[in-house]
Amino acid sequence: MEKLIEQFSFGLFFWQLLLFVGLVLLLKKFAWKPILDAVETRESDIKDAISAAEDAKKDMENLQADNQKLLKEARAEREAMLKEARELKNTMIESAKTEAKDEANKLVANAQAAIESEKKAAIADLKSVVAELSISIAETVVREELSDKSKQEKLVESMLKDATLN
Amino acid sequence: MRSKLTIRLITLLFFLMPFLSMAGGEKAAGTDLKSEIKAYIQHHLEDTYDFSLYSYTTDEGVHKYIGFPLPVILWDNGLRVFSSSKLHHGESVAQAGDAFYKLDHGKIYKTDADGTITYDESHHATNVKPLDFSITKNVFTIMMVAVLLFVVFSRMAKTYKSNSIPSGIGRILEPIVLYVRDDIAIPNIGKKHYKRYMSYLLTVFFFVWTINLLGLTPLGINVTNNIAVTFCLAILTYLITTFTAKKDYWMHIFWMPGVPKLMRLVLAPIELLGTFIKPFSLMIRLYANITAGHIVLMSLIGLMFIFKSWLGSSLSFMLAFALGILELLVAALQAYIFTMLSALYFGSAVEEHDHDHAH
Amino acid sequence: MEIPSIVGAGLIVIGAGVGIGRIGGSAMEAIARQPEASGKIQTAMLIAAALIEGIGFAALFAG
Repeated sequence: MEKLIEQFSFGLFFWQLLLFVGLVLLLKKFAWKPILDAVETRESDIKDAISAAEDAKKDMENLQADNQKLLKEARAEREAMLKEARELKNTMIESAKTEAKDEANKLVANAQAAIESEKKAAIADLKSVVAELSISIAETVVREELSDKSKQEKLVESMLKDATLN
Repeated sequence: MRSKLTIRLITLLFFLMPFLSMAGGEKAAGTDLKSEIKAYIQHHLEDTYDFSLYSYTTDEGVHKYIGFPLPVILWDNGLRVFSSSKLHHGESVAQAGDAFYKLDHGKIYKTDADGTITYDESHHATNVKPLDFSITKNVFTIMMVAVLLFVVFSRMAKTYKSNSIPSGIGRILEPIVLYVRDDIAIPNIGKKHYKRYMSYLLTVFFFVWTINLLGLTPLGINVTNNIAVTFCLAILTYLITTFTAKKDYWMHIFWMPGVPKLMRLVLAPIELLGTFIKPFSLMIRLYANITAGHIVLMSLIGLMFIFKSWLGSSLSFMLAFALGILELLVAALQAYIFTMLSALYFGSAVEEHDHDHAH
Repeated sequence: MEIPSIVGAGLIVIGAGVGIGRIGGSAMEAIARQPEASGKIQTAMLIAAALIEGIGFAALFAG
């Protein structure tokens, strides 16, 4: 220990301190700061570039996913439209069918009604014709039969017989 | 293939260079080899006033030093500056103005014109020691390393202006800078506060590493085995920790939450002592590791010349080689540990505790 | 009888060596058990080893 203290040279210490502190300050200004700054910017540039690439990749993925989604949606829409069209068609056919049926029914009903009324009219006509006929017959019969009593009776009888046919 | 071989040869030569220089000393000295190696290691561990690559003694007994002188700056009733070549490695007296100085055991003392140095009973020189701000070998190395680091890293920073990817040497250094940030600063300090400490941590890491590596070259540099250098680094870590510390840090030192009141009184001085021990251990660790590495490495190299047989010499060469590679690892490891522990201390200073949990 | 300080230094080295050895051994076991956490384990191991080493050196220099 004593030897060490004896060996200690103040001049060397002085110069070392002066030169070393000077070296630290000079290197700080002219070397370490520019070097470390350059390295740092380079590192941050690389980091940015990597993150940008990552972002681009993510964007691409998103885009792809979007495309997929759009495609899916379009497909679903087409599907829905087709389904709707099919349904529309079905309903249209159905309604046309029912309408036609109704119309037909109506026509039938009308026809039936017309037939009925025609029939009634025909029957009425027939009745009136029969009545006139019967009156005329009756007239002739009456005119003839009034001369012959037995024939009168016979006629009435036959006429009555015929009359029941109606 | 060929260039590879050349590089290997040059590397081998680099490892051999200190041995060659020592071999030169061994032939001429003629004195006890063991004590000479001891003195050589001792000399290597000390700071010098000139940048000497190696020295030897000629056949005429004259010491020759290969290197170049550095300025000596003293404060002794006014600034006195002269070249260290005037000191002649302690062999003659240097005159600066009206004052005389002499080198004795690696330290400069004020003397009279004849250069007399008086010693007390424990062989310590009693002469006046002037305030010494000399550009010694270590100071010179620190300056060179500071310039080198500044040039390399400011040029590296410039390449980022045109391109976000580094070019040239930045390709090697950027992963290390990022390692300091991602594996030392952020895990220990936290994402919120780490930016404030980055400059210090990066500078400490590269400074210590470069200096440690330079210590392994045959230039004979060893800066981090000066206690003044590691003390300076440790005191900076201590000051930064202390001045950036948040309330929680002081509370954990003086009034530890979650323990009985009596225990808090006992813990406070221990914790306070701990804040001084932490930078102290930082200082000692770096100093001791590098010093021990240098001593062992140089001793092994010295062993090669003590063993006169080829077997022993080649064995110690292999050991020295392996240890040299280990020291390369230690150079980086000590820089890493220093930075890591500094970051750990900074982290404890800015940590925000959740007191709902038992501590 | 005075014990030379080199003996103390030896004791310190033994203690520090045992401590660091145990840390290294345990770290190896931990890495073998959880290879994915090897980075964290290594960091913790280095810090613990450095702290013991620091105490060892401090004691060596104090002695």
